[in-house]
Amino acid sequence: MTREPVLTFTENGIYCAAGDFYIDPWRPVARALITHGHADHARDGMGSYLATDAALPVMRHRLGEIDAEGIAYGERRQIGGATVSFHPAGHVPGSAQIRVEVAGEVWVASGDYKVIDDGMSEPFEPVKCHHFITESTFGLPVFRWAPQADVAADLNAWWARCAAEGKTAFLGAYSLGKAQRLLSMLDPHVGPILTHTAVENTNAVLRGQGITLPDTMLVTPELNPKDHPGALVLAPPSALGSQWARRFGKQESAFASGWMALRGVRRRRAGDRGFVISDHADWDGLLWAIRETGAENIYVTHGYTDIFTRYLNEQGWNAQVVPTQFDSDGGDSE
Amino acid sequence: MKDFAALFNAVDQTTKTTIKVAALAEYFTTAEETDRLWTVALFSGRRPKRAVTTTKLREWASEASGVPLWLFEDSYAIVGDLAETIALVLPPVDSDDTGTLTSWINALRGLKEEDDAARKAFVLSAWQQLGGTERFLFNKLITGGFRIGISQKLMTRALSRATGRPEPEMAHRLMGNWHPDDVTWHSLIEAEDASADASRPYPFYLAYALEDTPEALGDPTDWRAEWKWDGIRGQLILRDGDYFVWSRGEELMTDRFPELARAADHMPPGTVLDGELLVWQPGAEFPSSFNALQARIGRKTVPKKLLAEAPVILHAYDMLEWRGEDIRHRPFAERRALLEKASADLPADAPIRLSPQHKFTDWTELATLRDTARDAQAEGLMLKRADSPYLSGRKKGDWWKWKLDPLTIDAVMIYAQSGSGRRANLFTDFTFAVWNGNDLVPFTKAYSGLTDAEFRQITAWVRKNTLQRFGPVRQVTPHHVFEIAFEGIQPSPRHKSGVALRFPRMLRWRKDKPLQEANTLDDLKEMLRIYG
Repeated sequence: MTREPVLTFTENGIYCAAGDFYIDPWRPVARALITHGHADHARDGMGSYLATDAALPVMRHRLGEIDAEGIAYGERRQIGGATVSFHPAGHVPGSAQIRVEVAGEVWVASGDYKVIDDGMSEPFEPVKCHHFITESTFGLPVFRWAPQADVAADLNAWWARCAAEGKTAFLGAYSLGKAQRLLSMLDPHVGPILTHTAVENTNAVLRGQGITLPDTMLVTPELNPKDHPGALVLAPPSALGSQWARRFGKQESAFASGWMALRGVRRRRAGDRGFVISDHADWDGLLWAIRETGAENIYVTHGYTDIFTRYLNEQGWNAQVVPTQFDSDGGDSE
Repeated sequence: MKDFAALFNAVDQTTKTTIKVAALAEYFTTAEETDRLWTVALFSGRRPKRAVTTTKLREWASEASGVPLWLFEDSYAIVGDLAETIALVLPPVDSDDTGTLTSWINALRGLKEEDDAARKAFVLSAWQQLGGTERFLFNKLITGGFRIGISQKLMTRALSRATGRPEPEMAHRLMGNWHPDDVTWHSLIEAEDASADASRPYPFYLAYALEDTPEALGDPTDWRAEWKWDGIRGQLILRDGDYFVWSRGEELMTDRFPELARAADHMPPGTVLDGELLVWQPGAEFPSSFNALQARIGRKTVPKKLLAEAPVILHAYDMLEWRGEDIRHRPFAERRALLEKASADLPADAPIRLSPQHKFTDWTELATLRDTARDAQAEGLMLKRADSPYLSGRKKGDWWKWKLDPLTIDAVMIYAQSGSGRRANLFTDFTFAVWNGNDLVPFTKAYSGLTDAEFRQITAWVRKNTLQRFGPVRQVTPHHVFEIAFEGIQPSPRHKSGVALRFPRMLRWRKDKPLQEANTLDDLKEMLRIYG
């Protein structure tokens, strides 16, 4: 007799029959376990939400009044016939891999993850399992991240040069996670850091839960850029080159994303600089994480699924592609 | 190669032309002369003779990185640049580079004499020695194609600044058949009597498209009008008893058009003509369609049969040199008069034809004529100011192409494929279909015409609405209707729909249009009947 799989891939998202819940569902369901607060994972309209204590503030900020419950990392909870626990994914503060165990069989849905310690998010912890669901956003061997300290040095050197030339350094990055990670990499001695509302709102939420960030100043309509020479402006990518950005006068623009590793993409963004900083695992990171789980069965979702799956199968894993609706934003969240 | 890498980064890391020009001008003043010369050569599409095949490069990169060859190839398809793909898959190292650009180039050229084992050893050791930008540039020296946002215009501006000489002179000096082996920085850029190579062409003058009505151009009597036919822009040079044919992309095409050799029977040496290369059947009133010319493009040597089937002429519309004198500064009307005089006695079978000018007294009359362009197999009209000199590059003001509106058809998107290079993470290559009863028949692909925001939007949609995957191609739910614009339509037995389009692109995303209201195969066939 073959057993029902612990997790199945349905049109609503990843489903656990034993516990009757979904992980990061994309359609309204009664019970949702959420890996992290990014819009493509934590969606509106679920009957109830379960996420890490550290992920909840951002989710509440984004989704408003929701029926949500927090859980500590590592805490085991029984839901129907399933035992679940949340483990650090290192993607953004509060992000988790969700471990689901039914009758001794262990599955891990990792959501989005990165394996290096960014100094802000709870560092990734490998979880032993039989079945591992992995992302593959950067699942090609051309993606290899340089150490964060090296990128930080480049970033600060760029900012310092802009300041010396009397230009505003305009840095575009996704408001939740990436922006705060960049803040933690910036050297406040170079100059003042100005923020767009979207970034500052998330800053406030994360500061509220005890995360330390350098001082920032919200750009209000009254703010006069001339009062803040040598400033760096941190804003969502959509603000690059916008009307809003023009008020800062002479400027250089930069964009921070894993995609900046590709010259072609960098040039398409039409910014001056691209800094390669990603909250996803690079090629080596993905392979390391997969090996560390000890899992034999790998399910590959959003990203270069076909290519990465073929490679895993060649290397002896039992891998398959899982359809997803997660990667719906053309890479801008990265 | 450090200086060169620093220059490359300075230029690549900004979108502002002033900063690019400043970085280049600085380099052209301070770098070693041979490095400068090679830099000008590389940025204008010249490169050292390829010492290693790209097939070998791929094999070695796969081996050195431990990445299986298929995975390397798949990665290359996404990155879109071989030199970059290799630089990225190899393990990162800190650069330890003491060579100059010229010394690296010479080392690469020395490989020609070596066997494969020695070549491989050299390339692998270079990859271990060079990191980051330097590794990428080293690969580029082998593969060629320095597309880094430095136009000819930008480079001539930088050279002009570095040397204090005028830009048009710099543009002219850089044209033609020179190679760093045969010239020096001094002879190419500085020497007073640049005893130019006989084949050296003049920089082409390029027209802008006229977006508005021509009334804005002023008095119609100041202007001259000719048909604009769709061929290959070419410059015919007759000097020292020899002939040369150059394309607008500065490619020497002489061997491809042997029929133009007879031009020397009709015009004296020291003549340079600007015109359109067209297939023109003997006795025909108009040229053949671009399709006929296509058979000739890409053939480096032309078989007799093809020569007879698709005879090419130069449809001459301007004269740049006469009796060895550069006459580009003279007014168009004067140059034209000389051209008319020189071609007065051309026999009907001469490989040069004079482009006729249309007589008109007001713009309305000309507009009526333009409406009949398709009957003459033309794309529209060219308008040239009678007193204008022959400028270089694309400059607004004196030359305008006044084309007919493109043909359009509403079609349904049925397949999507992601782009490469600049568009690596977007779906940008689409296949479109028209209705045939209840079936959708694919008839064209199109890649351009949408904004980045629209490409992002359609990419998100494709991901959610994939029906089936065929490798990199995704079949999607038929749902979205696009208005496809194109310049021409031809019968094509190779295509399921029986037609092939010229320059298809997405004109508009017809979000307002329901699927059922897309055009039909019969509509397409009707267009073929009228315009084919």
